[in-house]
Amino acid sequence: MAFREIDLNMGPQHPSTHGVLRLKLAVDNEVVLRVEPVLGYLHRGMEKLWESLTYTQIVPLTDRLDYLASLSNNLAYCLAVEKLAGIEVPRRARYIRVVLAELQRLASHLAWTGFMANDIGAMSVLLYGFEAREDILDIFEEYCGARLTVHGIRIGGAVHDLDGPLVSRIRAVLERIPKRLADIRSLLDENRIWKERTVGIGRITAGEAIDYGLTGPPLRACGVAWDMRKDIPYSSYDDFDFDVPLGTNGDVYDRYLVRLEEICQSIRIVGQALDGLPEGEFKAKVPRVLKIAPGEAFHTIEAPKGVLGFTVRSNGTDKPERVKMKSPSFINLQSLEHLCQGNLFSDVIGILGSLDIVLGEIDK
Amino acid sequence: MTPFVADVLIPLGKIAAVILYPMVMVVVMIWLERRVVALMQGRLGPNRVGFQGVLQPVADAVKLFFKEDIIPRQADKLLFNISPVLVMFSSLLAFCFVPLGEPVRIGTTTLTLWIADSPVGLLIVLGLSSISVFGVIFGGWASNSKYPLMGALRSVIQVLSYEIPTGLAVLTVVFLARSMDLVEIVRRQEASGVWYGFLMPVSFVVFWISAVAETNRAPFDLPEAESELVAGYHTEYSGMKFAYFYMAEYAHMVLVSSLVVILFFGGWLPPFQGVKALAFLHAVPGFIWYLVKIMFFLYLYVWIRATLPRYRFDSLIRLVWKWLIPLALANFLVVALVRFLR
Repeated sequence: MAFREIDLNMGPQHPSTHGVLRLKLAVDNEVVLRVEPVLGYLHRGMEKLWESLTYTQIVPLTDRLDYLASLSNNLAYCLAVEKLAGIEVPRRARYIRVVLAELQRLASHLAWTGFMANDIGAMSVLLYGFEAREDILDIFEEYCGARLTVHGIRIGGAVHDLDGPLVSRIRAVLERIPKRLADIRSLLDENRIWKERTVGIGRITAGEAIDYGLTGPPLRACGVAWDMRKDIPYSSYDDFDFDVPLGTNGDVYDRYLVRLEEICQSIRIVGQALDGLPEGEFKAKVPRVLKIAPGEAFHTIEAPKGVLGFTVRSNGTDKPERVKMKSPSFINLQSLEHLCQGNLFSDVIGILGSLDIVLGEIDK
Repeated sequence: MTPFVADVLIPLGKIAAVILYPMVMVVVMIWLERRVVALMQGRLGPNRVGFQGVLQPVADAVKLFFKEDIIPRQADKLLFNISPVLVMFSSLLAFCFVPLGEPVRIGTTTLTLWIADSPVGLLIVLGLSSISVFGVIFGGWASNSKYPLMGALRSVIQVLSYEIPTGLAVLTVVFLARSMDLVEIVRRQEASGVWYGFLMPVSFVVFWISAVAETNRAPFDLPEAESELVAGYHTEYSGMKFAYFYMAEYAHMVLVSSLVVILFFGGWLPPFQGVKALAFLHAVPGFIWYLVKIMFFLYLYVWIRATLPRYRFDSLIRLVWKWLIPLALANFLVVALVRFLR
């Protein structure tokens, strides 16, 4: 039987498209010829909606963008608004933000490890990753009552102070994570099947990655040391000592290693931030109705998925004239076709997983 | 014994047993798999329906029974309806030729624990288990949908490739036992005192890997790879037809585990036959030993599934053609040579 090229529709109802992404694939038997992502199935008109809300009302909606890393979205948006309004955030608040953002990175990366392994068929790792993430969500729950859409960072600081019991609980959780990480790594790192499925798959060179605008772990897996926390520090990140893990090959395996190493670095950062937690206010005095004089500000942070930026333009009222989001998932997804060229159908799932996309952030 | 009992009741009982036994094993296996995988993953698994959730598979089957039976408009109706039956039928039929133990004496009559004792039982069982792949192909093709088609194509290539090492591994057993009769193979192992699995570990390993691949189980579950092909060849099936595919897969696993036990691990023989001090092991009925061994291999299936990621298609084929077949051939030559020289 001669097998012609066929169009294969993957999603929006598919177990491994990580949400309601649709991929139009052209396959010749199992070899992928073309990949075209079709977006918009989760479009909620967020950016337009924000124009009719006050600055403070927007913060909880940013939770719904990258719902695996809601605190990072809060942080990026709040930093942009603070930059525009000229609000000085107290040092203690900045440290609390670092603790929250890094815990969120841990949660996001652990969830990614699980999803990724499940896409490749290592079902147990999904549960191990989620078990570890659960501990971190419990911390969020104790901190402010929510687990997923946390809304923990507010304009001017954080929603609560970090008290003694919570600090010791965070430390206890951080101590447990390396053991769980070791379990996961012992299942995957040297596993022949895992390496066959990831090493050399979805390769991209550093130059191409920069051309495609890749950011975050996929970029660092190519060996490009570009991390907002180091290069354009915000929120007191320059106070902490941490490394930026780099890969060499820019393939799926390196993205996996980079993310696991970032988990270890985040644990280091949280430890330092808790040790050096300064005295003071956890929130700046921000007027209840925040009116910002006409102007525009752009701020970027290193979110778990890559460089996340917010542009906020004000017009003198209590509502922004325009808020634009630069979402890392959206930009990273552009490189999918390039990464998948000539690979097998099974690899598309692995490559898509390795980019770590979240549809809430792509469709906005 | 009256002729009525001998000619009607006993055959009827056997027929009931040969249908019930695999089905009970399937139910136990589905429960075992879900619970064991859950425990390995730090979850609880189903534990509500019946004692420790043993009745969960039954509850699922009842649910599936009442589900709407959807036939896609573009499907080839005949093939679409036949294929689940074909898969189930071939798996169940094979159990007629799988002995459960030595004949049992009740009073003056002897009761054989098999339906048909054929001198070529091994061939028939292997043949029937290969027929089930037709169900998979027809099902995938008749669905007239792309994911099932890809699943079916993967299945064809996979099963065809892995039949070769299976055959070569089985041939070594036939060489030693000089018989294709499954009962005779076990008796030969009893006579020689060493189970063939220990005598020919390579044959066993080759057979086991191929068996996992032929039953489409992880890490070789490509025809139904959930994260890639949604559900593979049975994507379009619903209700009882889906349940047929599902149960047939488990029945096939039970069948393959029985074959491994019979061919390589002495069937219903107790372990440590030669050791005098452990003679009390003979007091346990052979059927229990047989079940324990089968359960071990079923557990192995679950264990492997919880541990390993899935192979990619090209490395799966590379594994069989570049490693398993040469290995099986070399093993076959060595066994043949040893057999010839003795």
